[in-house]
Amino acid sequence: MKAAATSVGLLALAGTIVPPAVFMLQSISGGPGSTPALSLDVVKAVMLFSTIAWFAAAPFWMKVE
Amino acid sequence: MSSPERDIEELEEAASSEYERQRVPAKALKGPSAFWGMYAGEHTAGTEFMIGPLFVKWGADAFSLIVGLLIGNLLAVLTWRYLTATIACEQRLTLYYKMEKIAGRGLVTLYNLANGLLFCFLAGSMITVSATAVGPFFPPGTIEMPTFQSTMPTGPAWILSCIAIGVAMTLVALKGYGVVAQVGHYAAPWMFLVFVACALVTLGRLGTADVWALLTPPAGTPKTISFLGIVFFSWFCNAAMHIGMADLSVLRFAKRPSAGWASASGMFLGHYVAWICAALLLIYWVRQHGVDPQVGKDPGTMVNDAVGWAGLICVIIAGWTTANPTIYRAGLAFQGMIPGISRTGATLLAGGLCIAAGIFPAFAMNLLDFVGIYGTILAPIGGIIVVDHFLADAVGIPRDPAERSGSAFNMVVLVAWLVPVAVAMWLYKTQGVFASYLPLPSAIACGLLYIVLSKMTARDAIAVRA
Repeated sequence: MKAAATSVGLLALAGTIVPPAVFMLQSISGGPGSTPALSLDVVKAVMLFSTIAWFAAAPFWMKVE
Repeated sequence: MSSPERDIEELEEAASSEYERQRVPAKALKGPSAFWGMYAGEHTAGTEFMIGPLFVKWGADAFSLIVGLLIGNLLAVLTWRYLTATIACEQRLTLYYKMEKIAGRGLVTLYNLANGLLFCFLAGSMITVSATAVGPFFPPGTIEMPTFQSTMPTGPAWILSCIAIGVAMTLVALKGYGVVAQVGHYAAPWMFLVFVACALVTLGRLGTADVWALLTPPAGTPKTISFLGIVFFSWFCNAAMHIGMADLSVLRFAKRPSAGWASASGMFLGHYVAWICAALLLIYWVRQHGVDPQVGKDPGTMVNDAVGWAGLICVIIAGWTTANPTIYRAGLAFQGMIPGISRTGATLLAGGLCIAAGIFPAFAMNLLDFVGIYGTILAPIGGIIVVDHFLADAVGIPRDPAERSGSAFNMVVLVAWLVPVAVAMWLYKTQGVFASYLPLPSAIACGLLYIVLSKMTARDAIAVRA
């Protein structure tokens, strides 16, 4: 259970930061006025899904000592 | 290894009333991880969404933000580690009980009133910020959002939003320190990443990764905060907690003073990276939408525009995880002030005041000044505790004088506290001195005055006895 929660938690954190990073890199490399392949709407949707996954997994994974 | 639930119960038990008027026993001491999580959660807060844009409004330049914040936050961490945590681990008492030993119960009542009220105003500004995240869930125009220039409630829908958020925060604060630490611990890594995500999306939309150039204000922008102002602001925006010793109440549970390093998680993630990320949000709106930096844009709208609902949830939770410990501390202050009041009653009182303060955007919109004033009023008491702990024997004044003499009201402490605060407030009001410059000289002056007055009264007492 803990291993599964850890995996989900790490994926959720990745889902929170990787899509915005990809969006930034695509936007900057494409130059002014370009449209990145990864749209901002997709970034927002992945981040929301990741948020839900994070709060579902964190209590099973993170400990308060 | 014990379960998280049992660890939380132990933390909650440790923070319960049985240790509020005694040293924390060894069995209740906790390891550093709770403190790292708590500081990270508490200082990666809703108000960071406000402070970053306020730096833009004040015309802060890139060097001041990147280097000044680094220096100021480092100084804050050192203060937590070498003053607050050291005293906390040797005394293991709440600030209020320690003050009672020095100043007497009567004076602690007065201090608690100031302390509790200022904590409420601070938590109120967190409620204000969180409430801006409610607006984007409704059709545009349903809730009129406040701007930097707003001081009064913007309408009934705004007031209802603040009440709903504030009630939820107060109910969680009723659960005590354990739940507060738990929520902060779970939310901290995710919240920090959402702040960074906001910055990444903003950089993408602005088409550049040159943060230095973006943080450089356009020529002609009025500059109302200097490099030194940024250093002192970041050092003393939590003056009441470190040099003012409010965090004795939390760090008394630490096994070792090294737990004071945990404040670095809050300072460098929240008060460095998050502030700069939040500043970039307003810079985008200024450059792309022509928003006047003097008017600003509410955090909820900016974050929703950048990262959507995840950002809105972050604004609400970021305000929540910070307001909870603040309401908890305010509840402790009121509990120390009103004999016989229960923890529940004191927290409800604090929560009610926080909601009332949150409805008025004036506190949140003037946060840079407010936190300086807040530190100026409360930090001097820390100066007295530092003298009592480190210097009393060396300078020949009694430790815990009120406890020794049975005094309920130590006039020496009152004079030593009020004189520097009065001078500082005069400088702020009439001379226009930036509020964040005032906590340090006030605390030092208070400590020195306490030594001088204590020696004078001791000499007088000896002369009378002779």
